[in-house]
Amino acid sequence: MSTPLSATTKVVLLSLTLLLAACGSQPPAPEQNPAGVESRTPAAAAPVTADTVGKFDPLSAAALKDPRSPLSRRSIYFDYDSFIVKDEYQTLLATHGKFLAANPAMKMLIQGNADERGSREYNLALGQKRAEAVKKALLLLGGREDQLEAVSLGKEKPACTESTEECWGKNRRADMLYSGEF
Amino acid sequence: MKPSRLALACLASLALCSSLFAPATRAQLSIEITGAGANRLPLAVADFSGERIIAQALTSVVRADLDRSGLFRLIDTGSPLAFDATPPYADLKQRGADAVASGSIAAAGDGRYQTQVRLADVPKQAVLGTQAYVHTGTQLRTTAHRISDFIYEKLTGERGVFSTRIAYVVKSTGRYELQIADADGGNPQAALASREPIISPVWSPDGSKLAYVSFEAKKPVVYVHDLASGRRHVAANFKGSNSAPAWSPDGKRLALVLTKDGNSQLYLVNVDGSGATRLASSAGIDTEPRFSPDGAYIYFTSDRGGSPQIYRLPATAGGTAERITFEGNYNVTPRPSPDGKSLAYITRTNGRFQLALMDLATKQAQILTDSAKDESPSFAPNGRMILYATEINGRGVLAAVSSDGRVKQKLSVQAADVREPAWGPLVN
Repeated sequence: MSTPLSATTKVVLLSLTLLLAACGSQPPAPEQNPAGVESRTPAAAAPVTADTVGKFDPLSAAALKDPRSPLSRRSIYFDYDSFIVKDEYQTLLATHGKFLAANPAMKMLIQGNADERGSREYNLALGQKRAEAVKKALLLLGGREDQLEAVSLGKEKPACTESTEECWGKNRRADMLYSGEF
Repeated sequence: MKPSRLALACLASLALCSSLFAPATRAQLSIEITGAGANRLPLAVADFSGERIIAQALTSVVRADLDRSGLFRLIDTGSPLAFDATPPYADLKQRGADAVASGSIAAAGDGRYQTQVRLADVPKQAVLGTQAYVHTGTQLRTTAHRISDFIYEKLTGERGVFSTRIAYVVKSTGRYELQIADADGGNPQAALASREPIISPVWSPDGSKLAYVSFEAKKPVVYVHDLASGRRHVAANFKGSNSAPAWSPDGKRLALVLTKDGNSQLYLVNVDGSGATRLASSAGIDTEPRFSPDGAYIYFTSDRGGSPQIYRLPATAGGTAERITFEGNYNVTPRPSPDGKSLAYITRTNGRFQLALMDLATKQAQILTDSAKDESPSFAPNGRMILYATEINGRGVLAAVSSDGRVKQKLSVQAADVREPAWGPLVN
């Protein structure tokens, strides 16, 4: 790779490589956890697949899975009891909004999630609020109503299963899935 | 017991033994009694007379049922007692028994059996009632539960729930099963198996169907599942999430939660999925609807006041919501009792989620458990016990507690998580 990668991109690339190796169906790992990622350095040597070399079109469908593209980042994390999309995600959502506008046939399923505490159905409603917040942001950034569906998985599909604050933070999340991924 | 004798008896009655003694094809709920009532009635259930293996199997189910209720103290009688034999009242009195159940089981031809049972008052030396059942070998457990119901009702004056069924979800690695079992955990059967979560099962009032939420379509969709045929249909699959079904007392409609118009809001649909109408509008979350037994109100959880609290609303659209819970900042999952006089729900205190019971007339509430992750309470149809999900050592188990908080049971499945219990209605 001749182009120098930003630190963030490296982390994303690394976490994606790790995740793809571990379990293909899981959503991308949280980018807030660089410490855990850096400790697993051997995976950095994982070979770059054919998809990721060659010409890079930032708004093509291929970019969705290209670790060099921000479109490969699909998770928005929320604070405890919060449904506000944090400012740090505005750029990422703008990129997805642009992609949706450029690919009108493409649809997106936004799956909201909640941490494990409390009632399953109430958590389903909390996850829904997170998914709706992401949907509203994308509607303002180029996505159309008929492209977007906000749903909730509540606390039923935790990315992390320990009863710790760090783990709960990973589960307060909305994941963006494109056509063919759900 | 000597294996040879068991084997011989099984040869004599193959069908019966395959159902009684064969290892269960799926992990069965085992029940542990962890608390009992204060004043338990001393009751002797004598071994029924008849073919020994069968009579013992029947009697042991009856004893386990009555013991589990926490309302009886079982007295040993020492020897079998036939249906038509006069109980040894003096001896029973000395043993401390207030009541005695005796019975006989006999072959009635065509592989059927006739079982007769008699319940007597020991101090008065008077017969309280008799009952007779004709059944097949495979119906032995069912018959035992009916005998337990007969004894329970005669002695307590309220309906027994031993013949009812429960539904619950078992989660093992990568697999979710919606299971139906007898109220004692026996005879478990899977109604649905899925790689995706299943939540919120609820019984139709006639016990023939379950409504539930399945995530097999990568989003929550409400299904209605006919248990006899195994056929099911989609009751709600609108854009967004579909969840939290609750049957109307007449079994014709479901109250549920849809997000097709934004946040989680309450709707009514016909059981076939038609005619969705909005029940209420709020700016926040409205969820977990449950009809009052008379159908007049819908209890639900809402965060319209800033924190999740329980409200109720007239079941006809357009009514005004009335807040029910005021203490604490997290009260969810309302479940009205079968007599409509109390409300079970989950309350959060110091980070612990616990089962609470409120007297709706006085608004006095009592926490019934000492656990920390209670969820999804479900009343027994006689209102005596509340079944709920909780966690012990990181594993999901079911537990039951009497509405006075005294009788406690734990129901668990080996090496799997059990959750989302729903107690079925009374049968016959």
